[in-house]
Amino acid sequence: MRIGVITFPGSLDDVDAARAVRLAGGEPVALWHADDDLRDVDAVVLPGGFSYGDYLRAGAIAARAPLMHSVVDRARQGLPVLGICNGFQVLCEAGLLPGALTRNSHLHFRNRDQALLVERADTAWTSSYVTGQRIVVPVKNGEGRYVAAPADLDRLEGEGRVVVRYAGGNPNGSSRDIAGVTSADGRVVGLMPHPEHAVEDLTGPSVDGLGFFTSVLVAAVAA
Amino acid sequence: MPQVVVDVVLKPEISDPQGQAVLGALGRLGHPGVRSVRQGKHFVLEVDGDPDEAELREIAETLLANPVIEDVELHLRND
Repeated sequence: MRIGVITFPGSLDDVDAARAVRLAGGEPVALWHADDDLRDVDAVVLPGGFSYGDYLRAGAIAARAPLMHSVVDRARQGLPVLGICNGFQVLCEAGLLPGALTRNSHLHFRNRDQALLVERADTAWTSSYVTGQRIVVPVKNGEGRYVAAPADLDRLEGEGRVVVRYAGGNPNGSSRDIAGVTSADGRVVGLMPHPEHAVEDLTGPSVDGLGFFTSVLVAAVAA
Repeated sequence: MPQVVVDVVLKPEISDPQGQAVLGALGRLGHPGVRSVRQGKHFVLEVDGDPDEAELREIAETLLANPVIEDVELHLRND
């Protein structure tokens, strides 16, 4: 199973994401933002970092990178895509996910282990969990506050598009404690916390994050 | 050379913690009469020839601003 990991200028967590893919049993495939070839991957991960220095808005310039045209086209046909932190910001800017991420309400960078509640265990990236499961993974962001117009938030909640919600405290003022959302078809998922940093006991607060990367191996086979 | 100015501000329903921090500073500096501050972005574009308003509006609405959370205003001026 070939899982692409895109590197943008300023990506930080592409190596960790590739490592998580490997630990889960997948084959990580390095993808470069300026290419337009997805190299026959079965799924794509957009990693964390500060693509293009977060200039203009976090993720805004990366969302218009050449490879993103291919990602958007393929995602609309069902290719599983996961955006973590900056990758989530890129997916929102690219229009693949609703809402936007903006400056934390307290204006501070927040870096800590974070409890999350899994509300959707049937997406391409969360089928290894059970609904209502509590997981702990690191969160680290300065512009991680999930926002959308109140009517859009109501619609998202009504459609069950919230995948993970912050538990035990909201780290950034995100609307309704939303930590991650999914596309209508459950194939594209974005979240601000970092499951790829919670895949080994040696370096993470848990191994709870591995489930994102094992889930997609099942989803890609089913596709 | 014609200049085009694009102003981008967060929509009223999106809270602006940076503007609120500025407002707090103004209160501490002895300006209690300022009721609200909204912080935004101001772009100045210099363009060749006659500005194409439709193209500039597309630039403003697809890259300079994120219409999900921001409002945009376009000002054309010929200096």
